[in-house]
Amino acid sequence: MPTQKNPDDRLALLQGTLDLLILKTLALGPTHGQGIARLIQRQSEEVFFVDHGSLYLALQRLEDRKWITAKWGVSENNRKARFYTLTAKGREHLVEKTSEWQRLSRAMGLVLGVVDSPELGGEEA
Amino acid sequence: MFWRRRSSNDFAEEIKSHLELEAEELRREGFSEDEARRRARVEFGSVQAARERFSVRNRAVWLENFVRDARFAIRQLLKNPGFSVIAIVVLALGIGATTAIFAFVDAALIKPLPYAAPARLVRITEREAAIPLVNISYLDYLDWNRLNTVLSSMDVFSGQNLLLRTPTGTEPVPAVQVSSGFFRTLGVNPALGRDFYPSEQVPGGPKVVMLSYGAWERRFGRREDVIGMPVMLNGASYSVIGVLPRGFEFALAQSADFWTALQPVSDCEKHRDCHNLYGVGRLKDGVSVQTALANMQSIAQQLERQYPDTNHGRGASVMPLSEAIIGEIRPILLILLAGAGLLLLIACVNVSSLLMVHAERRKREIAVREALGASRSRIAAQLITEVMVLVIAGGLGGLLFAGGAMQVLTLLIAKQAVMTRMPYLLGARLSTHELELAGLLLLLAGIFFSVTPIVHVLTSEVREALTEGGRAASGRFWRHMGKRLVVIELATTVVLLSAAGLLGKSLYRLLHVDVGFQTDHLATLMVRLPQSTFATDAQQVAFGRSLIDRVEHLPGVRSAAATSMLPATCTCNSDWLRIVGRPYNGEHITANERHVSSDFFTTIHATLQAGRYFTDAEDASKPKVVLINRTFAREYFPGEDAVGKILGDPALSPSSLKQIVGVVDDFKDGALDEQQLPSEYIPFNQNPTSEFNLVVRTAQDERSILPLLAATVHELNKDVGVEDGSTMSEVINDSPTANLHRTTAYLVGGFAALALLLSAVGLYGVIAYSVSQRTREIGVRMALGAHRSSVHRMVLGDASRLAAIGIVCGMVSSLAAARLLRGLLFGVRAWDISTFAAVITVLGSAALLASYVPARRAASVNPVDALRTD
Repeated sequence: MPTQKNPDDRLALLQGTLDLLILKTLALGPTHGQGIARLIQRQSEEVFFVDHGSLYLALQRLEDRKWITAKWGVSENNRKARFYTLTAKGREHLVEKTSEWQRLSRAMGLVLGVVDSPELGGEEA
Repeated sequence: MFWRRRSSNDFAEEIKSHLELEAEELRREGFSEDEARRRARVEFGSVQAARERFSVRNRAVWLENFVRDARFAIRQLLKNPGFSVIAIVVLALGIGATTAIFAFVDAALIKPLPYAAPARLVRITEREAAIPLVNISYLDYLDWNRLNTVLSSMDVFSGQNLLLRTPTGTEPVPAVQVSSGFFRTLGVNPALGRDFYPSEQVPGGPKVVMLSYGAWERRFGRREDVIGMPVMLNGASYSVIGVLPRGFEFALAQSADFWTALQPVSDCEKHRDCHNLYGVGRLKDGVSVQTALANMQSIAQQLERQYPDTNHGRGASVMPLSEAIIGEIRPILLILLAGAGLLLLIACVNVSSLLMVHAERRKREIAVREALGASRSRIAAQLITEVMVLVIAGGLGGLLFAGGAMQVLTLLIAKQAVMTRMPYLLGARLSTHELELAGLLLLLAGIFFSVTPIVHVLTSEVREALTEGGRAASGRFWRHMGKRLVVIELATTVVLLSAAGLLGKSLYRLLHVDVGFQTDHLATLMVRLPQSTFATDAQQVAFGRSLIDRVEHLPGVRSAAATSMLPATCTCNSDWLRIVGRPYNGEHITANERHVSSDFFTTIHATLQAGRYFTDAEDASKPKVVLINRTFAREYFPGEDAVGKILGDPALSPSSLKQIVGVVDDFKDGALDEQQLPSEYIPFNQNPTSEFNLVVRTAQDERSILPLLAATVHELNKDVGVEDGSTMSEVINDSPTANLHRTTAYLVGGFAALALLLSAVGLYGVIAYSVSQRTREIGVRMALGAHRSSVHRMVLGDASRLAAIGIVCGMVSSLAAARLLRGLLFGVRAWDISTFAAVITVLGSAALLASYVPARRAASVNPVDALRTD
């Protein structure tokens, strides 16, 4: 069977994280919308579910902010597609946001780790 | 950012490419062609939703909504053309009338006078106990100018008519003589050439003239080399020194072509008691009008002590120049503006109640929309959009209407003699001020109109509206609201109608005032004798005699006469008299003075009361005689015979003594609304004037003889100027007083007629609406045996109650309004019973007529149908 996960196991993206994921994906090289969606899903080990409507809206938003640029081109299998490229400004933003996110996730991990354990312990007891 | 950054087609293209790429990948992963396509599509989710979200993101939502609302509103308005047309026209009339009148108010009252620092300019005149404003004598002017400490400059002017030598003959031209600093005092610089020098206002100084811009254009074709050119005025050569700027007007003097420097050479300027000038001055910085007046008064008192013979009882008057110019027209303009404002109020009330009925009718539609999930704010926005579309259409119509109305009014004004005193009215334009006012009115109207539908939406219950057809509390509330609005409307109409009635009655009274002579079949012509050829009294008398003789022999002429001024014009010339043989305490008699030829009284059909008229033979060679009018006799010879008494000047100088030979019954010398003054009539042959009016009684149509009169004058002497040929009826009908009253009465009458129409429509609307709401109730009543006539009566009774309340409220307000009108009323009291009775009758009938139709409809309700409604 194909490698698609059961939709129920997938997580909806947190508000505001999609922009970051798109920028990160584009840091690897220019690609089109469908490629971005696939890459995000694949790299999150199929955990993230990308709502395509939101994706294209986000792409439009990033384009408006001049963090990415878009150009119609031809895909590896000779299909017409709109290719997105990260701009210098976008790269800067990505670096900044990535470090912010890492600090946030570390802090979240610390807090959740501390709070969770006794509770779990309590339950076990 | 309202523009689309990327076309939605491009976006759709991208989604399509996404689906294809996805499907291809799925195929590579082993799905069949169809399954791959299906999965790609499912995975993507709703393509439509994505596209929509793209669209929404890319546009200004509210703008889209607004455009949609506006389209819908226009469709709604087109669906109810009757409602829309009435609402827009009514609004356009209200806004247009107010804006047009405001344009005139702006031009006359708000825009500053076109002089440098106009607030510091004042008019200065002398004053007497009986007459508040009298001219200044030249010698008094010199003293005032020398002694005052409050003015940085003071100048004098007086209008005159000069005879201009043209290549084809002579032409009387309007002119003003001014002291040399006049234009500097006003702060007006010549457009070409130079201003007067002080050396040009001394006797024997160089004769120079300045041209008005209009005269320069018309008479000299705007030639730059006009400076230094000679002009022949009254037989003397003047050289042109300057041209006044375009648009220069000085409303207190006539609109003149030629402005000359005043050279005090005439007899009048040598006598302190000959008053022929007006004064204008510029206040020093920081000096108030009151301070200036006090200073001038004290100088006048000083002159009184110094020259008791000539200056007894003469004070000073100082008022702001703007007040002197617009003081007369201000109350009229304000009344017209108030009238237009009331009309606008009625218009707004009407539109508002129309909107209310409209909203009530659409209650169900709105309820359905709300039930389908439209938010209240969206519904309110939609209703406001409808109001905005109405208001904008009404506003555009209003501006068009204002433009048209102003053109008509300007034409009317331009034709009127009185308006030469108000040249600024002709400068009325739809400028920024007017557009701002129109915008403000539209905004207020929009807010006023929006309140109705919004309150309506907020107060109505969805379920209630869906389930029933108007029995709810909100329906009743709105029905009462409509009635209240109609009462306001009717009351306002009463105010306008009674104002129009009072003004109309004043006009009628004015035009039918007993002038004391027969005005029909009288032709008049102004004759000006050039000073150069008619220098002596004898020459003037001889010309007058031969002219009258010739005219009397024209076919169709019954009699002809000369008078220094026409009757029913003004009491502009007064004389100071003393009765010989009476004790004198310095109180002289001020009498209106006319110089008339012997046949004058018989020509105008005046009535002799006592004594005799003078004869043509009574000239300088005979003893001096005079006639007085009845008012003179009553006031100064009560209970005794005036005939035979002798009058003289206050000093009783022998040359001034004249005997009263007759008393003539009063006839109007002054304006129609002027009080009758004591008058004296001096024989033209004993004391002629170089300007006089020919008065001719004809057997046939008096108009047809006018060209013949002018021709007769020129036959005698082609250098004599003639002008203003008109019939006596025209003189009276077109007199400034009559015109002022007529214009006001017509305009307020027009407003009142519109108001009557609008309030009748408003009342009709409310009653018809009320009937349509009560169809079921009426049906029940009839089913229970009520007679048609009682239903009829019920509806009419409803309407009458509203009309009665409106009329009573209106009457009370009218009384207050009539007090404001008092200054414009003539021969009518502010509380004129017959006018108010007429107003009640007119409005009452209109109200009955307006409610008759819905009452009939109510009475013809079929009970069965009515109960089946809903």
